[in-house]
Amino acid sequence: MDLLKVVNVSKKYSNHLALDKVSLNVPENSIFGLLGPNGAGKTTLIRIINQITGPDEGEILLSGNNLKPSDVEKIGYLPEERGLYKKMKVGEQALYLCQLKGLSKNDALKKLKYWFEKFEIQAWWDRRVEELSKGMQQKVQFIVTILHEPKLLIFDEPFSGFDPINANLIKEEIIGLKNNGSTIIFSTHNMASVEELCDNIALINKSKKILDGKVYEIKKEYKSNTFSIDCSNSENNFNIQEFLDKRFAVLSIDVKNDALKIKIKIPTEFNSNDLLKNIIPHVNIISFNEIIPTMNDIFIQRVSQDNPN
Amino acid sequence: MTILGPILMAAVMIIPIWIAKMSDDTKTIQVIDESGLFYNKLPQTANLKFKYVLTDIMKAKGNFKNENFYAILYIPSAVMTTPNTIRLISDKQPALSVKSYVETAIQKELESLKLNASGIDKELLKSIETKVNISTIKLQEGREEDSSSEVSTILGSVAGILIYIFIFMFGTQVMRGVIEEKTNRIIEVIISSVKPFQLMMGKIVGIAMVGLTQFLLWIVLTFGIVNVFQQIYPELVKFKTETNTNNVLNKNKLDKSIISNADIKSSSGEQEDVKQLFKSIGKINFGVMILAFIFYFIGGYLLYASFFAAIGSAVDNEADTQQFMLPVTIPIIFSFLMTQFIISNPDGPVAFWLSVIPLTSPIIMMVRIPFGVPYFDLILSMVLLVAGFIGSTFLAAKIYRTGILMYGKKTSYKELWKWLKY
Repeated sequence: MDLLKVVNVSKKYSNHLALDKVSLNVPENSIFGLLGPNGAGKTTLIRIINQITGPDEGEILLSGNNLKPSDVEKIGYLPEERGLYKKMKVGEQALYLCQLKGLSKNDALKKLKYWFEKFEIQAWWDRRVEELSKGMQQKVQFIVTILHEPKLLIFDEPFSGFDPINANLIKEEIIGLKNNGSTIIFSTHNMASVEELCDNIALINKSKKILDGKVYEIKKEYKSNTFSIDCSNSENNFNIQEFLDKRFAVLSIDVKNDALKIKIKIPTEFNSNDLLKNIIPHVNIISFNEIIPTMNDIFIQRVSQDNPN
Repeated sequence: MTILGPILMAAVMIIPIWIAKMSDDTKTIQVIDESGLFYNKLPQTANLKFKYVLTDIMKAKGNFKNENFYAILYIPSAVMTTPNTIRLISDKQPALSVKSYVETAIQKELESLKLNASGIDKELLKSIETKVNISTIKLQEGREEDSSSEVSTILGSVAGILIYIFIFMFGTQVMRGVIEEKTNRIIEVIISSVKPFQLMMGKIVGIAMVGLTQFLLWIVLTFGIVNVFQQIYPELVKFKTETNTNNVLNKNKLDKSIISNADIKSSSGEQEDVKQLFKSIGKINFGVMILAFIFYFIGGYLLYASFFAAIGSAVDNEADTQQFMLPVTIPIIFSFLMTQFIISNPDGPVAFWLSVIPLTSPIIMMVRIPFGVPYFDLILSMVLLVAGFIGSTFLAAKIYRTGILMYGKKTSYKELWKWLKY
């Protein structure tokens, strides 16, 4: 079941097309990565989902219904450009922002207390925002975004401004939110975190969606049947080509101490067992891996394919 | 500012009186009268005394440092034929008020001497002198009403200035608030919860509330402080009422004593003026005045605040506001400058048009109201002002909702025009 459906959405700004018939399906209770280079149209799409701007064409369905103004209470949004009122006190401001999302004052207070303690910032409740470090402000913003327990959470570059320890804390919270039933849309340039967290992704480039699907399926699709073998051999002038099937291509051989690191690409009609059968009689295998492209590789490959110059 | 404001305002009212009292030390002028015409003739006041001495001018100059005189007034013997040879000698520049007082006194004395010499009776001349004081009467719905152009002028100007200050002060506050939200980057967080229009109106209305509260507090506190002062220093009260009346009649104390001494104007005539003034203050329709003031106060603010909000949304920092501020401030400053003209001609076509056009009406109409405005003009002006601020809010909202999400790019008028059409 899809929590959010984006159907053929287009958005035009005077003479620039920001989104060109983009469609997405975000399954319920999953983490969805919205990827794309700068200026591709991700933020515009996110703003349309948040009803900050309206689409020129197409529609957005949340749980099967068209978006309506009261849906802001079902969505939590952490924008990339985020900040707080500098002169206001931390607690006061968090309370205000939560009440804007429709929480009652008592509920908000109770939940804020819980989260402030969890993130160890309760001592800052009565301090002014300008006294806080950037990372601490980000924590406050994160709390405010998720506090009203929305069905759909949208994080735009959530890890920017965090040190590795706090970034990890946030990452764990995001996984925790998913386990508690939330659906998360996650826009980032940090491909490592995409691989770690996302179930599905969509890649947007130049206002168009150029790739989407489950992360593991995309990776499967983009792998090239290439294997990396670490092995050792007693013979001194060992030549792998002599015994290797002629249809298997050796991409590289690196000598590393007394071991060899060999990369071999095999045609699609063969599999890893065929390769192993072929080389086991001749070498001692230390490790054997299939080379699977990272999301980073796929991203760069797809985008540069799309932008020929 | 909330607390400091009234203290400053009260200080502005109290300190001049204070200082005026403080500087009331007696000055004595040594008079060397070689002509012998002025002995004991120059009228003295509480602050200014004359001491007539028979000594040589050179000697007096030499002794000036040792003696405690304010100045030496030297009148040569040929004063009748060459009055410009009179000298007022001091070690510092004598105060202008002292100089003009002495000038006037000598002038009167010389004139009277010359009158005598030519055989004209002084009393006769005085009976010929005529003072005309026209009472203005306003015809209203068949009734006759005493009116006073002076009171209308003062009320109109004050109301106009207050509205001018309010629009500028709180309009720019709206603008700064919008810029702050933009530079803090909190704007996108907020507008994922509320509509940009709601946020803009919230800001405008909120600041209006703050502004009105502050304004009322100022007025109450200012009068409170002045009142407390009057309780503590009762003699100040007496002095104050006196100066107040004088201020209204545009005369200062020194002038007044000269005038009464010179007998240009009988004191009864002056009292008549004051009486009429108070009578006409009573005749001004304060109900209409106050209601209209509140209406134009709020209407003018709403009209301009939405423009200021739009400007704030279009720029990244306050320094960039200059280019957009000009077209918004020009009508405000223009109407402020026009108030003098409107006062001199409160019923002309210029006054009519400026008081119905929403951009200028808040200030101009307030200037006109004390002079009496036809109900048609008033209603037309109010309706247009309401239409005006609805229109300006509508336009501003369009610029605002696009502008608040734009960063880094310097906005041009062309760009604003595009945003209006989105």
